[in-house]
Formats: sequence, C-alpha cells, structure tokens
Amino acid sequence: MTEDRITRFEERQKVLQELSDADLKARFWQLCDQLVDPIVELARTHTSPSIERSVLLRMGIDSITAHAVVDRVLEAGLLGKGAGHVVLRVSRKHHVDIPTAARTILEDKAVLNDLF
Amino acid sequence: MKRPEKLDPNKKLDIENILEDLEHYHPPRKGWTWRECPPNGVDMGPFHYHDMAEPLKNSLGLPASKYFDHIDPQPKCVVTTEIASGRFEDDIRRMRMAAWHGADHLMVIRTTGQSHIDGLMEGTPEGVGGVPITRKQIRASRKACDQIEEEVGRPLNFHSYVSGVAGPEVAVLFAEEGINGAHQDPQYNVLYRNVNMYRSFVDAAEAKKVMNGARIFQIDGAHNANATAKAGWLVMPELMVQHGINCAFSVAVGMDKELIGLSTVPPNAPPAPKLWYDLPYAVALRELFSDFKMRAQQNTRYIEADIEEAIRTHTIDTLISMLTSADIQSTITPDEGRNVPWHYNNIRGVQTVKQTWAALDGIKQLVELKREGPLGDMVRDLKVRAIAFLEEVIESGGYFAAVEKGFFVDSAKYPERNGDGIARDGKGGVGAGTIVERDTDYFAPVCDHFGYNNVPAGLQHACDEIDGCTLCKPEKIVYIDELDPEDSAEKRLEQTFAYRKGGMVKPEAEWAGDGTILTQFFVPLPEDYARAYGIEMAKKLGLIDPEVVNLQVMHPAEGCFIEVKGKVGFDVELASLKIPEKEVILEENVLRDAVKKVGLTVVAGTVGEDEHSVGLREILDIKHGGIEKYGVKYHYLGTSVPVSKLVDAAIETGSHAILISTIISHNDIHRAQMKKLADLCMERGIRDHIILIAGGTQVSADMAAETGLDATFGRGTKGIHVVNAIVKTLIKRGVY
Repeated sequence: MTEDRITRFEERQKVLQELSDADLKARFWQLCDQLVDPIVELARTHTSPSIERSVLLRMGIDSITAHAVVDRVLEAGLLGKGAGHVVLRVSRKHHVDIPTAARTILEDKAVLNDLF
Repeated sequence: MKRPEKLDPNKKLDIENILEDLEHYHPPRKGWTWRECPPNGVDMGPFHYHDMAEPLKNSLGLPASKYFDHIDPQPKCVVTTEIASGRFEDDIRRMRMAAWHGADHLMVIRTTGQSHIDGLMEGTPEGVGGVPITRKQIRASRKACDQIEEEVGRPLNFHSYVSGVAGPEVAVLFAEEGINGAHQDPQYNVLYRNVNMYRSFVDAAEAKKVMNGARIFQIDGAHNANATAKAGWLVMPELMVQHGINCAFSVAVGMDKELIGLSTVPPNAPPAPKLWYDLPYAVALRELFSDFKMRAQQNTRYIEADIEEAIRTHTIDTLISMLTSADIQSTITPDEGRNVPWHYNNIRGVQTVKQTWAALDGIKQLVELKREGPLGDMVRDLKVRAIAFLEEVIESGGYFAAVEKGFFVDSAKYPERNGDGIARDGKGGVGAGTIVERDTDYFAPVCDHFGYNNVPAGLQHACDEIDGCTLCKPEKIVYIDELDPEDSAEKRLEQTFAYRKGGMVKPEAEWAGDGTILTQFFVPLPEDYARAYGIEMAKKLGLIDPEVVNLQVMHPAEGCFIEVKGKVGFDVELASLKIPEKEVILEENVLRDAVKKVGLTVVAGTVGEDEHSVGLREILDIKHGGIEKYGVKYHYLGTSVPVSKLVDAAIETGSHAILISTIISHNDIHRAQMKKLADLCMERGIRDHIILIAGGTQVSADMAAETGLDATFGRGTKGIHVVNAIVKTLIKRGVY
C-alpha cells in the first residue's frame, strides 16, 4: 500500500515537473477550489445551533436567552426553518417585539406549535 | 461618536474608569488597519529608512536610541504581541506598554477550554492561560485600546479567536464589539480541538461571512502543524495544503482576499541549518499565495526555558521575513517556553523585531535571493509535493475522507508517512450530528448571513423584516455585565486596589500585586546541586514559592547559570521611598555668560594607568556637545596621566577646574584616584580655589561627598552637566 503511494507520487512528480511555475500555481489553486467545492455546498444548505444562536444575537436577543431558544427550536424539530424565522413568526402571531417573542418561547413551549 | 478619553502619559490607566458606563460604549471605528508607510521611505534623525512606517506620537525606542536622537523607527509591517495573563484588567495595562514599544496587533489568548464551550461566555471571570473572551472583556479592552491608540498616534488592531463550537456567535460578538482581527480556520477545530468536521466547516462559513462584513482580518491555523508534528520542518507540503484549503474556502464563502492572512512560521531552529529549510518554504509560500497576506510568526516549537536562545532564533525568523515578506510580523514572548508570558517579555519580543528590522532596513536593495541553484530546486520541490498531496486527497474521496484516514499532521515529509497523523471520525468529535439541513422556507432575518436564505421578495436587506439587526443598529445589542459577581473584575480590582491606587508597591510579572520576581546567578555547583541550591537560596532571601525556571550547565563540574523565580511577600509604601532631587540645569545662556565673564579654563585627563579617552573627549569637544560648546577653554593632558601632573598643570595655567576621568574600577582604584586628587589639592593649598570634578562609567553622583570632590558624574553625562556644576560651584563660592 505504502509502496503504491510512493510509486503514485513519483508518477505525479514526473508530470508536475514538466509544468511552468505559473502552471504549477494554477494547478494548486484549481485543486484547492475543487476540494472545497462540496464543503461550501454543505455549508450553504445546512445550519447549526451556533449559527442559529448567532442569528438570534443579531436580532437583539441576549446570549443566554438565544441559547435556550435554539435548544427549544431544535427539540421542536424546527431548526431547518431558522431559529430567527421561528422567533419572527411568534412575534407576528402574538403581536410582541422580538425579545419578548424569544422569552415567550421559553415560557411556553406550546407557542411553537402550528407556526409553519 | 464621542472621542475616547485622553490619557496622560504620566498617569496609569484608570481601570475603574474604563469599566464605567460600559453598557453604552460602542467602538468609534471597526475593521483592520495597516500602518501608514510613505512610499519614498522615512527620514529619522541622521538616517533615511526604506522599510519603515510613520513614527509614533508617543513611544519608547530601543535602549541604544539615546545615541541616535531618541529615534524609534517603526517597521512597515504590523507587529503583533500575544497577551495571556488571564485577567483582562491586567492585560490592558500590558497592551499600553506594548503599544508604546511599537505593537499594534494585540492578540488576546483565550482561557483554556473556551473552544469547547457551546455558546458565549459573559462577565469577567478569571481565566487560566488566557482570558475568558466575553462581551464585557472585549468592550472594556476595546475602550482601553481606543484611548491608547490616541496616545501613541496609531490605530491598534485588537485580536482574538473565532474557533470552537460557538464560532458564528463569537464572530457576531466580535463584529458588534469592534474586534479587528481573528483566527478562523475550521481545520484547526477538527485537528487540534476534535470538533466534528462537518460542524466545524458549516459554522466556519457563517463566521467568515460575519467577519468579512465587519472587515475583521483573518489569520489561519496551519502553523499549528509544525508546533505539533514531531519534526515540524518536514510537514511543509502539508502546511501549504492547509493554507490553501482555508484560503480557498474563505474566498468561496465571500471573504475578500485582502482580509485573508496566512499564519506561517519558519519551521526550523538552530542548531539545525535553519535557512536551508525555512527560506525555500518562505519563498514557495509567498509565490503560491501571492494574492494573500503573510502573518509571519516566530518559532515556538523548539523554545524551552532559555530566553536568550529564543530571542536569537526569533532574530533569524525576522531576517527570513525581511528576505521574503511579512505584512504582519508576530512576536513570541521569549519566556513562553517556561511560563505564561510576563509583562516585560512582551516588550522584549517587540524589541527583537524592531531591532532586527532597523538593522536590516532596505536589505532587499542590497542583496537578492539566488534562485538559480539549490533554493530554486527546493522551492519547486515543495510546490510539487503540495500539489501531489492535494491530488491524493481528491483521489481518496475529498477532504473529509482524507481527515478520516489521518492524512494531516503526519510528521514525515510527504509522500512518506509515519502513521502518526491526526485521524478524526466524521461521526465523532464535539458537536457531532448537530448540523441540520435548511428547509426551502429557511429564513434568517439578519445581515452577513451565509448560505441559503429564503428572504421575502422585495426586501433590500434581510434584516428589514425586523427593522434592522445589531450590525446595522448597535443600540439593539444586549449587554450582560456579570453572571457571577463574585468572580469578576470588580472583585479582583478591590483586592489589588492597594497596589494600583493605594500607595503600596510590589513588583509584578502578570497581575497587579503578584509580587513575582526573577533572580539570575552563577553557582559553582553541578546541575543537581545547583537546582537544590537555587531553591534554598531563594527561601533564605524570603521568596515565596521559589521555582527554578532555567538552568544552563557552564561546565559539568565548574557550575551552572541558574534563574529562580519567586514571590516577594512584603509591601513597600510608596511614601517611604526617598527620591534624590533632580539637579536643575541652569539656562544655556546663563552658563555661557558665566563662562565668558570668568574666562573659564579647565585641565582634563584620564588618570592612573587608564587608556580610556572617548568618554572624556565627549565631555570636552564641541563636536559632541562638550564644555567647549559653552565657551570653556580646556587643556587636555591625555590618558594615564598622574594626578599630580594635572594639579601642576592647573596651577601653571591658572585653571578654575580639574576634570578627571577614571574608567577602571578594579579594586576601587577609581575611588582612590578621586580621593588622591582632593588630598593633593589640599596639600598644595589650592583646594578652596579650584573645582574638582570626576567622571567615569562606575562613578555616581553620590561619590563626590565621600571622595571630597565638588561633583562626580556617571554614564550618560553631557558637557552641559559639567559646566552647570562648575558654574554652580563658582556661584556658591561667590566668585561669580
């Protein structure tokens, strides 16, 4: 296995030695871009508790409340909607501001029912 | 925005004042700043510099700067210092000291374990090996930086870390509070913090987007591979791959290239032939990554307890930066290998860069790297290996598959493998299984959000839906002061009050009133005995918790150099300290008038068997601002002059004063010569009419009384001091 890898490297080396400095550089970046492509797509289509907490912070919710709200939203299976989206819906439905909506979610789990 | 409060250079930072009204404090500016560098160089004192930035308004130069009109040339690169006391209220005093010596990138290390905390910390609890990064800590530190940057006359970049499982939240906190630079590299989380790989990259995309919005400069984490791998100098191809992945990923998620920096360390250290490894690596990196910025770090891998050894390696690291390039030159405190860095070692690190940079100013105009030959071959070889590494990663199924197979931080030179790489399981690690796919109606009503966002049609900004987010309306930020008032800056400040404002004094290394000191000495004992002696001696000196922090064998039997730290157990009252009154120098024109009226004449010479002449010539000659400049006539009799000859000459020429220089101090010969001069003048009956002055490197002002002279001078004396003493004596005697 290891010997195969070394042989394979020597083959690559032969090909790469033929390239100019500029072409080596282009090859390096083309491979880097190719490597990160699927990772960027993963990030584009997914979210995480920390991302959602960071959204709530930006909506003017304190860090402690944001943490608890995201936990509730996750339990309710709604993280894929966006925690900010959830808080916004609660705020609209109950005619309260954003920080109050966040507190409401902590006080009463039921507010998360039938939001979407 | 209100201008920051103006600091008085003669007053300490008022920490209590900084903590006041923090709830309403917002930074006056955001984003990273580079130094201002005039394209045609900088003129300072008698010199023209090629690689320097605009000087500071207030600063402290290198010790030798007093010989060069006190100039303090500032390298054109940003200079970093890393601060990690564990108490932010002590960190900010150190930031001020570092800024005065030329640091403008202040990197605050996090408390141990913060990267595994799933969320933000709040308040100002005490940290371990760093400080808990919180809103209050950042806001207070940024407020201090805002004041300090006004004082030194250059923007300060305040820096911390966006890593761990709370990356996006930390990034938002940093954007809101005006942090200027941050480490962000999802690979660091995966490899060194065992954060789940998918979570780490998904979080990183959001964090980078937020950082970009606040113009926060990003530094990657690749250099950790050569701090971790057993043979750091062999992992260079992999390092280039790690840099490449973070750069490509950052650009792909929307970060501007000008905000992306590589954290790169010359990986080797003497006694290794450092240049043969570090120079080709530095060149290869700068060629492949020419679109990005270089943050050149100094080597930490091989630093142990010896401060001088660290500084010598760091000097060569800085040479490599100058031979290639550095946008940011980082410094490592030379005591990092033996303890959490101490105040003054931050300054020493900055001085290493300042001194090397000034010495090598314009080096690229004088020498160039020889690309034909071994350097060019090694540069190409590194690039080829890095590319082959990338090809193998892709063939193996991509980045995540390669991490699972232990491709990274293997200590062999690629393609060799030692099998000691760090392998991580995609299903494992902190935060495994926590990423969630976004639904088609996913929505985040905020700015600087990365990825799919189903923003309602017709909105200009996503945050219009909530009438603005905190990034647009800082007044919406919710400030939490403390969660545990018992573990807070305020509580600690009460305990250190006596040492900050209460008139009590203790030395300190990290914290106000810590009492830590260092002793250095030679002991004529072999290693084991020397260690035991060091502790015993420190205990007898009264030091608390003594510890040997460095020992170097000078000879296995003859003895060791040893450094012992310990704590001073007593306080000294400031009011009890007696400060000698400063000599008031008469106005130059008063001195000139007196010299002219009296027709002041002196005889001068170096006495005894002493051939030193430079010091006395500087006191005499007009060229050096000596007494001649003020109109004094002198008869210089040379070196190794007998005292009697000087007295004879003074009588013959009718001189008013005798100036002797005495450098050699072996067996107190300098004191003997000074006494002899006084005695001889008594014998000849001229003591009341003649003024007797002595100077020398081992002479001090208080020796005049004990030797019977009129004035005595030590190092740093100028001609004006001597004329001043003569004229004052003449006035006292009623002659003038």
